[in-house]
Amino acid sequence: MIELRHVSKSYRRGDQRVPVLQDLSLKVRSGEFLALMGPSGSGKSTLLNLIAGIDRPDTGEIIIDGRDITRLTESELASWRSTNVGFIFQFYNLIPVLTAFENVALPLQLISLSEADRKVRVTRALEMVGLLDRMDHTPGELSGGQQQRVAIARALITDPQLIVADEPTGDLDRQSAQDILSMMSRLNRDMGKTILMVTHDPKAAEHAKATVHLEKGQLERDAEHSA
Amino acid sequence: MLVLNLLFRNLWRNKGRSLLTLLGLVVAILAFGLLSTVVGAWYAGAEGASNARLITRNAISLVFPLPLSHADRIRQVDGVSEISWANWFGGIYKEPRNFFPQFAIKAESYLALYPEYLLSDGERQAFLKDRRGAVIGRKIAQTHGLEVGDMMTLKGTVYPGNWEFQVRGIYDGRQSSTDTAQMFFHWEYLNEEAKRRALPRATNTTGVFIVQIGEPARAAEISLAIDALFRNSAYETLSETEKAFQLGFVAMTEAIVFAIQVVSYVVILIILAVMANTMAMTSRERTSEYATLKALGFSPRFVAGLITGESLLLAVIGGVTGALLTFPAAAAFVGSIGTLFPVFEVSRDTTLAQIGLAVLVGLIAAAVPAVRSARIRIVEGLRAV
Repeated sequence: MIELRHVSKSYRRGDQRVPVLQDLSLKVRSGEFLALMGPSGSGKSTLLNLIAGIDRPDTGEIIIDGRDITRLTESELASWRSTNVGFIFQFYNLIPVLTAFENVALPLQLISLSEADRKVRVTRALEMVGLLDRMDHTPGELSGGQQQRVAIARALITDPQLIVADEPTGDLDRQSAQDILSMMSRLNRDMGKTILMVTHDPKAAEHAKATVHLEKGQLERDAEHSA
Repeated sequence: MLVLNLLFRNLWRNKGRSLLTLLGLVVAILAFGLLSTVVGAWYAGAEGASNARLITRNAISLVFPLPLSHADRIRQVDGVSEISWANWFGGIYKEPRNFFPQFAIKAESYLALYPEYLLSDGERQAFLKDRRGAVIGRKIAQTHGLEVGDMMTLKGTVYPGNWEFQVRGIYDGRQSSTDTAQMFFHWEYLNEEAKRRALPRATNTTGVFIVQIGEPARAAEISLAIDALFRNSAYETLSETEKAFQLGFVAMTEAIVFAIQVVSYVVILIILAVMANTMAMTSRERTSEYATLKALGFSPRFVAGLITGESLLLAVIGGVTGALLTFPAAAAFVGSIGTLFPVFEVSRDTTLAQIGLAVLVGLIAAAVPAVRSARIRIVEGLRAV
């Protein structure tokens, strides 16, 4: 369960503080696939970043599985992210000099695991996204859709409960986007992952079980969602 | 292993930039090594000098001779165990660029005072018996292709005219720091020839006395005692240990040595700036990757370690290559300058300094980019293009 209580966030622009999220409260149940929509600057990416623990609110609490992550130190937060959150970015954010296998294996460096177990896990994750035959390819040798599938395998490798995706299909052609969204739906349906997805695309949002609209840093409709 | 792979592959990501930086590093470390070796060569004479030998010369200047009669009086000084003398000849062998020092020596006593010049008994005897005989160091023999029995003609500058010698021995150095680029011949030959040729130089004189003392700790006291003997005479003396005497020569050119040392460190500063620029560009280009790593849960220290590791790797490759290349470069350099530097060896200290400085350059160059990348906020880093 994810719960945001009276969360506010603003950014400094010169001498001014620009509010992005204002007194926002939201509950997302475990196993939810929630789409966050809204115009540019509405604060949806900021909201995603706060829930993923890569940014901190000015005020308010973010409680995830009973733990207020706003109270964690930087190193505690980093450790929490490594086991609890999987990231899918718009531009994939793979390390260009590493192969697909190595990119997927990267988060496992933070976990104590034997080399054999590591290999099994990575192979399984790549198999799940249908890229086992491309495991030795670097991102530059893969298409956009394939790169995003590698990113999904990387997001899943530590078996986190929460997957955050910021415009995961924003850089893809229609067919690849469809494949990625179907894959995310399967992760939610078959593996019970909680997925939060920021998107501009209403068609992409249709794959989610629920949609939240943000407008000028505030939720437009009811903040309670259930699977 | 994966992290090491990442480090190595990152290093060659921008091959052109990495290779140019590496080339700069190799050249800088090589230049530092060669310049340090030149400085070391400058001090080599003093390093190989002994504190158990005193040099007594004319108090006014080394240019002025001392009468040979001083020898008997010096020998009487308490603490003096042996005395010999030597005269700078200053001849030219074939061409001025073939410079090497030549000394007219009181042969038997001089060779006894310098056991570091290794000469076979047969060659020693042959030299002692032949008034026109000469002993040359191994470096001279190798440089000019001379062998025992060969004739050598020197064109005198201090003592005009042509002077003929027959090589009777080739000496080696007991240690690698022993000067084997000198030539010795009989003082008696010089003295008699100077008389015969009616040269304007005074006869029965010498340039310096070499005085052996039993107790090096008494060097200052004995030096004072020797100089006191000739105070207020026409030929006052100045005595000092051989080491101090040699350092006096270095001091005459200290400004040059200092300039060389400054240049050697300036070269390192320049490559430090180049390396720092390379690492700054590298880390700026990878801001989004470092932010991604932090988002995945890697610590700021890990990110800083990646940058520092890459910089160190580059520095160590460049440093070790530069240090290794210093040896053939020094050999080529000394081959082209002949016997100008009697001892020109890349010392262990120089090699260690080269590698140490390379590591230091790697660490300093990475410091600012590493701290900046470690501190970058993830959300800002992810937005970086």
